Amino acid sequence: MIRLRDIWRTYDVGGRPLHALREINEDIEAGEHVAIMGPSGSGKSTLLNLLGCLDRPSRGSYELDGQEVAQLSESQLTSIRRDLIGFVFQSFHLVPRLTSVGNVELPMMFAGVGRRDRRRLANAALESVNLLDRADHRPDQLSGGERQRVAIARAITMEPSLLLADEPTGNLDTRSGGLVLDLLEELRSHGLTLLLVTHDPGVARRADRVITLVDGHIVSRMRGADLGDVNPYIAAVEAADGAAVPSAVGVSSGEPAR
Amino acid sequence: MSALDILRFAIRALRGHALRTGLSMTGVAIGVASVIILTSLGEGARTYVIDQFASLGTNILIVVPGRTETTGGFPGIGGVANDLTIADAEALACEVRAVTRVAPVSNGNETVSAGGRSKQVMILGTTAEMRGLRNIEMRAGRYLPEGDWERGTSVAVLGSGIARDLFPGTGAIGRVVRIGDFRMRVIGVMAARGVTLGMDFDQIVMVPLATGMRLFNRSSLFRIMLQHDPQADVDRIQANVTRILVDRHDEEDFTLITQDAVMSAFSQIFAALTAALAGIAAISLSVAGIGIMNVMLVSVSERTHEIGLLKAVGAHPRQILFAFLTEAVLLSTAGGLVGLGIAAASLETLVVALPALDATPPTWAIAGALIVSIGVGAIFGVLPARAATRLDPIAALRG
Repeated sequence: MIRLRDIWRTYDVGGRPLHALREINEDIEAGEHVAIMGPSGSGKSTLLNLLGCLDRPSRGSYELDGQEVAQLSESQLTSIRRDLIGFVFQSFHLVPRLTSVGNVELPMMFAGVGRRDRRRLANAALESVNLLDRADHRPDQLSGGERQRVAIARAITMEPSLLLADEPTGNLDTRSGGLVLDLLEELRSHGLTLLLVTHDPGVARRADRVITLVDGHIVSRMRGADLGDVNPYIAAVEAADGAAVPSAVGVSSGEPAR
Repeated sequence: MSALDILRFAIRALRGHALRTGLSMTGVAIGVASVIILTSLGEGARTYVIDQFASLGTNILIVVPGRTETTGGFPGIGGVANDLTIADAEALACEVRAVTRVAPVSNGNETVSAGGRSKQVMILGTTAEMRGLRNIEMRAGRYLPEGDWERGTSVAVLGSGIARDLFPGTGAIGRVVRIGDFRMRVIGVMAARGVTLGMDFDQIVMVPLATGMRLFNRSSLFRIMLQHDPQADVDRIQANVTRILVDRHDEEDFTLITQDAVMSAFSQIFAALTAALAGIAAISLSVAGIGIMNVMLVSVSERTHEIGLLKAVGAHPRQILFAFLTEAVLLSTAGGLVGLGIAAASLETLVVALPALDATPPTWAIAGALIVSIGVGAIFGVLPARAATRLDPIAALRG
């Protein structure tokens, strides 16, 4: 499904190169559930943006579904995002003036799906996140958990093969967060590949695999079931003689360390 | 994404900020309304003046003694070697075939009195042809009699104002008035006409040509008016008139004025005035355009998340550009339509207040103002729309 080879992402900061990602090599199978962990600034969002075709690597090869996407044009990447990838964000990013069903319809509208089909598919997607009764509510009339479920419905309505979630439970209480995770896992049973960035070991533990990033490097790979209560990157960094870890990084709380 | 989808998307976005949308629409509305109202006023003034000229009678040539270039003075004023004579007028009437009416005119000011009332007025000595030539309507009695131009009878035709002043409450026909040293019988009263081009027809007395010349003790004419066949070639008539008079005078000591020339000069002046007014009003439209640009830029910066999201879900940059452009164009078009309504209502009111002025908006102004208002949205919407498409989705989603 995903094949990353020697991926580098370098930014130019005040004339000096800043390596947000270095030498990333990773394979992710179709239908896998992978969690990406790491302290702030470790490059996990950069990695997620690359995987989501919102950004291009400075170097290296990224194969998605057998297609090399690292060097595609902006407009080709747009098509890939539209057809292959669904996004879920920490802050939901629902369009405030549109109803739930209107928000879910958005990707289909830009993809040119007809009005009637759009409505039918959007309702089906809302039903699969158990929110059909909230179809005509605007985001400000929904709870946080409900908003994230609308966002998930929007992400899956184009039937992507890859779902990318950036701290999907970061703004939710434990119970709503749990519901959202249940929902995401349920989607995997339909063959969806799920990649999520999280700070929460409780969230990461539910993944098949956990990849830990520090300073743009992958420092550890483990099975989700093997994850303890402590953020793995703390251990990883300590093992690598504690070079550059900000001491103030929150540990194992559900809070985003942004 | 169909055009209808884009339209619906844009309308929803505009409705999300009703006040802002309304205010920037108002800007366009004022711009469009002022373009239409001002051009209507300009056009109204133009048609008013043209109508005034047309009321002189149409297809008219005027021969005035004197030559502007050679004498340096104003034609018709000051002594000229060869004056225009009745014989000149007769020659023109006989020899230029396309000329249908010839009315020689002599004029002067004299006191008219009757029954102890008197008034200083303009006296016009002319012939029966003058009636058809200048579309003179009679209220009572008849106009000057046809016949020999050299023979002047003692009759007078009064302007309606003079008839009212000299004979208040009674009919003037058949009564006698004294003009200077002459006594004349009133044979007709002209219908009220008002002032056309500075000449008040209601305050004028017309007498037979020879009577007038005797009255002012003159042998020369003030001018000769000619009316020609509307189908005739004006240039040829002018050439013929010039040739005949030059033959008779041995030099070109007269000036030929065509009504068309005067009318087109005025028409051009007023067209320029209208264009200037439209230009001034167009400035307010461009100000409104900047207002739209401002509103759209605010909208783009407010909706960075939304734009980032649209990019993430696979909206093509061109689709985003169209969506925002559509918003701007909708805004300006709606403003334009409102402006049209405002203009129509204002002109309706104006017509009631100033019935004489036919302030109908010219079609080109309506079409132009609408097209410009749509164009304003398109032009001033491009910059914000491009700003939207250029947003980095990652930064937009994070921001």
